[in-house]
Amino acid sequence: MDEMKSVVLEYIVDEYVDEDDDVEVDFDTALISSGIVDSFSMVSLKVFLEKKYDISLSDSEATPEAFDTVTSIVELVNKHLG
Amino acid sequence: MSNIGSYEERLKDFDWGIAKEVLGWENGELLNIGHICTDRICARGQAEKIALIWEGFGDKKRTYTFGDLRIYSNGFAKFLRDQGLKPGDRICIFMDKIPSLYFSFLGVLKMGGVAQPLFSAFGDESLEVRLESAGTAAILTTRKHVKKIRKILDKLPELKHVIVVEGDESKLKGEEVFFDVEAAPRVEEFDAYEVTPETPSVLHYTSGTTGQPKGAQHVHSSIWGQALTASWVLDLRDDDIYWCTADPGWVTGTSYGIIGPWSLGVTQCVLDSGFTSARWYQFIQDNRITVWYSAPTAIRSLMRDGVEPVNAHDLSSLRHLASVGEPLNAEAVIWSEEVFGLPFLDTFWQTETGAMMISNYPGMPIKPGSMGKPFPGIEAAVLDLKTHEPIEEPDRVGLIAFRPGWPAMFRAYRNKPDIYRSKFAGAPEGAEPDELRTNTDLWYVSGDRASIDADGYYWFVGRDDDVINTGGHLVGPFEIESALVEHEAIAEAAAIGKPDKVNMEVVKAFVSLKPGFEPSGDLELSIMNFIRKKLSPLAMPQEIEYMEKLPKTRSGKILRRYLRALEWGEDVGDLSTLEDD
Repeated sequence: MDEMKSVVLEYIVDEYVDEDDDVEVDFDTALISSGIVDSFSMVSLKVFLEKKYDISLSDSEATPEAFDTVTSIVELVNKHLG
Repeated sequence: MSNIGSYEERLKDFDWGIAKEVLGWENGELLNIGHICTDRICARGQAEKIALIWEGFGDKKRTYTFGDLRIYSNGFAKFLRDQGLKPGDRICIFMDKIPSLYFSFLGVLKMGGVAQPLFSAFGDESLEVRLESAGTAAILTTRKHVKKIRKILDKLPELKHVIVVEGDESKLKGEEVFFDVEAAPRVEEFDAYEVTPETPSVLHYTSGTTGQPKGAQHVHSSIWGQALTASWVLDLRDDDIYWCTADPGWVTGTSYGIIGPWSLGVTQCVLDSGFTSARWYQFIQDNRITVWYSAPTAIRSLMRDGVEPVNAHDLSSLRHLASVGEPLNAEAVIWSEEVFGLPFLDTFWQTETGAMMISNYPGMPIKPGSMGKPFPGIEAAVLDLKTHEPIEEPDRVGLIAFRPGWPAMFRAYRNKPDIYRSKFAGAPEGAEPDELRTNTDLWYVSGDRASIDADGYYWFVGRDDDVINTGGHLVGPFEIESALVEHEAIAEAAAIGKPDKVNMEVVKAFVSLKPGFEPSGDLELSIMNFIRKKLSPLAMPQEIEYMEKLPKTRSGKILRRYLRALEWGEDVGDLSTLEDD
């Protein structure tokens, strides 16, 4: 669980946060509601999760709420991994 | 009784002069939009009235009166003038929906500059194209976004001023200048620039099928159209609390997120944070919002989240809802009536039209799924696809067109008179923009298709070109394709819109790869993120299909329309020009 959280967090920091941004992102930082990740960019995050963990996330699951923190994202992925 | 009263009655003997009555205008007043939305409201005794209720992420909340709006727009106007900027200079506003965006927009107009707002999610390449085209002299931004400008600054010789309005001053580089209007000395008086009705005001960029985006130039007299439609369609009244969800990087966010409501002295709310249903409903509840102007994509996202979050909030303050950006499907209209007790009323207009053109009006019977009827004073038609003659019989699909001459009409595409001319059916060869926009024998052709039913209601069908409408924003396929082939793995590319339940369309890319590259999940993600950063999240392909070779005409042109027809399950048409293999 923690390893997965670290992988997802690293991807988000690499792709969505600029090096000299003042933003500190941790497992519980709001991503969507803070505007760090916008709703269109959520799709590339979804694709990352699907490829990385070989799962398929439906549109009804990939909501802004479910994608709002690393913790909630990992919970969603774990549901699929059983 | 609504402001418009009876739509049918308003059609009789309509004259745009009624906009002046709505504003209480007296002859000899200064027309400048920046002045009208601030100084004029204060002079009418409303300096203490709340103009802006702003909320950002993390419980940040600020309120500003019209008096504040006047002082801070004065502050920007004076600062820009002191920097040596002159009337007519294009001044870009590139920031999130923070209060300084609104102050600076009005300040630019007050000092006679041309406000060029750009969507803050644009990547450096999207930004460069638009700044270069506009010959932009100054850009106002924040520390969060200034990095994109640094990447392209040496390619923009006309861009002399980079002004950072928020963030840490110590992190500025080179010749960047810091200006925090709220911390600066208050500027109590600023003599707004004396404009004529035809003085340029706002420059908005819009995408087409071919070539790079075009700058649609608007003028100060657009305010007559924006104020009157804000009154009659949005039904804004003195005691309303109004929320326009659009970003001022796009035309809705300036025409109806700044000019329309503030010219009428109406209090408006701005929420600068990411979208979640619960956050939006909370915002409405907390601020007792009465009039809400949003977009189908947002409405369908709210629908997807169901009634539970609706029922968890007190939304009883709402009295009028409207929508813009793409056609509002009947299901969304019916749903909003069920859950809010009010239907969203669809409105249709474009960057080029500057103000609403076809709408559903308070009090007029609604046909869910219809765009409504033309605004009084707007002569509209659907034209035969080939002859460009108005179609008389009901329910036949044609091109939506308008007779030129309405107040908010765009006056030119910046430096592109030929493209401007091409938008007018029957335009004489070589005619200049000023001749075209006043020639009421012509039709301005919108680029959208619709039919008109026997009762005069318009029904949207789709674009007449390859422009992609995603989430209510137009994205040009050429711009995406040009960026795609800059990716190291891509040999050739085509971009189309594919159907999407929430966004109407999303971008789909077809690509062929260079030797040595193979399709893979990692490559797909790499391409998506490449476009997201270079152009914008809106332009990012949400699906990528790999092809050995893209279909082309014998002359080598990629057949984008063929790919689109296949995607949409439509007739692929005449394939006689398709390359044999």
